[in-house]
Amino acid sequence: MANTLQTPPQTSAKAERLEAPPAAKRFAFLTDRKLSFLFISPALALLVFLSIWPLLWLLGLSFTDYSATRDTGWGFIGVDNYVEVLTSPVVHARALTTLIFVLGAVGLQTILGFTIAFLISRRVKGRGAITTLFLIPMMLSPIVVGLFWKFMLDVQFGVVNSFLDSLGFGRVEWLTQQRLALFSLVIVDTWQWTPFIMLIALAGLTAVPKYLYEAAEIDRASEWFKFRRITFPLVWPLLLIAIMFRAIEAFRLFDLVYILTGGGPGGTTETLSFNVYKVAFFGFDTGLASAYGILMVIVVTIAAQFYLRYLNRLQEG
Amino acid sequence: MATHIQPEGLADKGIAGETEAPPVRSGERKFGSGIEIVLLALFMIVMLFPVIWMLETALKETKDIYAVPAKVFSFSPTLDHFKNVFGADSPVLKGFLNSVIVAGSSTVIATVLGVPAAWAYSRFTLKAKKDQLFFILSTRFMPPVVVVIPVFLMFRDLSLLDTRLGLILVYSAFNLPFTIWMMKGFIDEVPAEYEEASMLDGYSRFESFWRVTMPLLIPGIAATAVFALIFSWNEFVFSIFLITDPETRTAPSAIAGLIGGTTIDWGLVAASAMTFAVPVLVFAFLVRKHLVAGVTLGAVRR
Repeated sequence: MANTLQTPPQTSAKAERLEAPPAAKRFAFLTDRKLSFLFISPALALLVFLSIWPLLWLLGLSFTDYSATRDTGWGFIGVDNYVEVLTSPVVHARALTTLIFVLGAVGLQTILGFTIAFLISRRVKGRGAITTLFLIPMMLSPIVVGLFWKFMLDVQFGVVNSFLDSLGFGRVEWLTQQRLALFSLVIVDTWQWTPFIMLIALAGLTAVPKYLYEAAEIDRASEWFKFRRITFPLVWPLLLIAIMFRAIEAFRLFDLVYILTGGGPGGTTETLSFNVYKVAFFGFDTGLASAYGILMVIVVTIAAQFYLRYLNRLQEG
Repeated sequence: MATHIQPEGLADKGIAGETEAPPVRSGERKFGSGIEIVLLALFMIVMLFPVIWMLETALKETKDIYAVPAKVFSFSPTLDHFKNVFGADSPVLKGFLNSVIVAGSSTVIATVLGVPAAWAYSRFTLKAKKDQLFFILSTRFMPPVVVVIPVFLMFRDLSLLDTRLGLILVYSAFNLPFTIWMMKGFIDEVPAEYEEASMLDGYSRFESFWRVTMPLLIPGIAATAVFALIFSWNEFVFSIFLITDPETRTAPSAIAGLIGGTTIDWGLVAASAMTFAVPVLVFAFLVRKHLVAGVTLGAVRR
């Protein structure tokens, strides 16, 4: 009788089962530490291999007179390349072109994008459909956009000139006239990226709490007052993020220039990116192009730092 | 008593908060909204005109394309240009196939590497986590033209130039920051308590990630992957510098190649461009709800 009651092994077995069900044994060797390493390191490895390593290489090359075509080896020449880039009048001119382009394009996009978003936000019906249609330009490849516009701005059979002609204004050489070419570039970039600003602004506008307007309504606030004191302050931070994002992207503009003007006429539409490309792939002065590139990366990194700081503050606040 | 202070009609509509606008200004408002509609319609026409024009061009006969003044409505549509795009000896068709391979593979790689990394960044406290995340995002801001110089030299040494594999690697790296940032946003929204609860039930860390969190992430993964797909599909700078061989080049460079000569077959260009744009527009429509998060690398959420 006592035999049946006295069963210590049974209880211990029960306890064991409670301690660790079999399932936990699987993958138990993956501790949190190992798991985080296993999950993160492949991603970081790829980024290091294709971003950091090339960048270090670029940095190294920037102190040499290496040329990819001659391929006869290289000599260390210190900071000569940097001096050459920073003192070159051509580079100064390209920097000015880029600055004009960034200010013009991003400024225009901000005004238009915000206006459109504001107009859409005041509609009730069909908002989704309208928004989706407005977004089409942004989703297209820059190459496709560039081709659209190259065709439309063509001197002989471009539709823009055709319209101007029938209105009696005469033909305009949009892409081959010194002053107009950069303007055309601004127009095309604005066409493609206004939807981006619009999208962000719209997100901000729809997020403004309704009760603020209702409160203002009770106080008989004017439309202008509501816009200035409620709408704008609440949308501005988001809009600023969109502007910074666009400015960084506009600064490195390449594809549109490549398709639309090829940097011409007379280099008036040559952005810094396009100039780097010419130095690197036509001049084949790899060392010089590397120094040039490093300087551009520095500018972008500083801009991106501001952008990220701001973003961080915004997300925490 | 209050009636002489309040405009007529406001009082009987219940509390002021429920009325849309004071009746006094309703005429003014209607006028304003008329202007708004006209403005919006104008913006819409300007925005969509280039797309419509390109579509028309793709459908026109060649002689109509070069007609002066331009024919907006009066032309008889033809599908000849689209036939040429898909013709057997068309350079663009090969480009499309390469684009599908490159964009598809790079999206898969970026997703497979990015989702677990995003999960780890979301769940664990790691050394200098914020700095790591900032570093990851900042690689996305580098000018492609600059990065392509050392990548070109590197690929030349590794004989990865003119190969799809090289481009797939570059695009995966290009998409990773985006994938990690956007997925981290999605994962942060899944409560960590779900995983903790399942670990109490006897799952290991890895299993609770795989069996509990993953199924909840599938919509987010789909959205992120579609964005990565769009980015790789549209990318141009790397594709044109790393690949010159017509056999392996992607559609953007193949289409750009159409305008190289002295005479340009705009009908073919238009048809190729439209064909190339269709998948992107379909994909964009699929992820329209995530557009804000997507275009800002998930950094700004609606």
